[in-house]
Amino acid sequence: MALASGENVPLFSEGTASTLRLIAYLGFAVLTMIFDHRNSYLERLRQLAGGMIEPLYRVAALPSDIARTVGTSISSQQQLIDENRELRKSLTMAEARLHRLDTLSAQNARLQGLLEAQKSLGISVHLAHLINVDLDPSHRRIVLDAGRDQGVTIGQPVIDAHGVMGQIVEVLVNTSVAMLVTDPSHAIPVMIERTGMRTIAVGNKQSGDLLELANIPTSADVQVGDKLVTSGLGGRFPAGFPVGTIRDISNDRSGMFASALATPAAALNTTSDVLLLQNLPEPMGPPAENAGSGPPSQLAAPPGDSTEPPPAQPAASPALATPPASPGVNSQNSTNNPPAIDATDQGRQR
Amino acid sequence: MNRARAQSWLFAATLILAIVLQLMPLPAVIAPLKPYWLALVLIYWGIEVPERATLGFALLLGLASDVLTGQLLGEQAMRLVMLTFIVLRFRARLRFFPMWQQTLAVMALLTNDRIVVAMIDGFAGRPTPPAQFWLAPAVGAAIWPFLFVLLDDLRARLRARDA
Repeated sequence: MALASGENVPLFSEGTASTLRLIAYLGFAVLTMIFDHRNSYLERLRQLAGGMIEPLYRVAALPSDIARTVGTSISSQQQLIDENRELRKSLTMAEARLHRLDTLSAQNARLQGLLEAQKSLGISVHLAHLINVDLDPSHRRIVLDAGRDQGVTIGQPVIDAHGVMGQIVEVLVNTSVAMLVTDPSHAIPVMIERTGMRTIAVGNKQSGDLLELANIPTSADVQVGDKLVTSGLGGRFPAGFPVGTIRDISNDRSGMFASALATPAAALNTTSDVLLLQNLPEPMGPPAENAGSGPPSQLAAPPGDSTEPPPAQPAASPALATPPASPGVNSQNSTNNPPAIDATDQGRQR
Repeated sequence: MNRARAQSWLFAATLILAIVLQLMPLPAVIAPLKPYWLALVLIYWGIEVPERATLGFALLLGLASDVLTGQLLGEQAMRLVMLTFIVLRFRARLRFFPMWQQTLAVMALLTNDRIVVAMIDGFAGRPTPPAQFWLAPAVGAAIWPFLFVLLDDLRARLRARDA
């Protein structure tokens, strides 16, 4: 076939576009794709070529960096004054909240001391900047300017001021790639803050910038506007960081389950600075923290406790009942907590 | 000798620029409309200097671009090989087309490329792309005349300087 066409039309370039070669190359490409899809050789290749990739990323990000710099330098004085005022306001509010949090965390520390629980809330973070590079619109990934040399490791959670953004999936020498929570292949264990229900939020396939909670029982109490926080299960994301807000609930096709869509809390498209959380102290800790976190567990606990624990282990309830009794001296300071513990214990004893 | 070297510089520079343009972010609204710069530049070199833009070169370029975007090794390689093959096959005709016909041909090539992408997406189990995805070839075709004239002019200048 190739011969015939070469003979008939002499203008065709000789042999450079032979069908045989095309088939061979296409076969090669298909094979690489299949092997890469199975074993991801690509990441290893990228590690090798890291020195070449990173400068190109920086060059590609240059125009948008310049645009941003120019934008800030020519924005009007009035705008800056307004922004300053706004920031000041939010700073004061944040400070006020922090002061309240201080007392709360002191209280928390005291209570945890009472329960002799391992506590380590010290989370150290590392600030990184976004390198503005468009890898592929169908994959929700971002490139950060911190890499192996800055101590970044695969699996580190990435957050911004508003909530969880994603996690590191690839580390090069001075850059790293993070997968956003909205990526269809990303899943994050979450808890609905209001009810304490735990599910998993997956990136929505259709929209690309929403989270999806699939297979929620139709009887579950989920409402539009419910806030999602990380549940801490799985040990990758620490508990308690905001993930998103539910904006839409619908039944799935079978009618057996509902599925909900949530808008992510983090400003995924506009943030330029992110925080990398480092060295999570205890992967097993967060669930224990959930159990003690006041209102949700109080609402959820009585039915669950009344059915299961009493026949299983009645010996546990006296053991739990002692701590509130013995440190009675301390409990004078925080008056409203020990009664709450007592109430649940009574529920258990019954 | 000198002229050949200047030519290779231009060749390499345009391809690197195309890769950088490919990586460059656009505002989210028009991001899906981003033309496949690498393909446009490769079509040009395929038409004008086929002894450089061979099938093997397209394969290597595609692999390099895949390593850069970290997507799926071999995807762009396959796309570029297909594209280059068609360009080289119909090179004699493409070359002497009037500009509007050439533009249409480029649009057809880029649309074909999109179909290949959609196919690979389907096999890899990725989400279906948005509707604007199919508009990108039109944008690429709209850019083509300017790109062609610009590159032709650059090459003519190089030739004139060396002569």
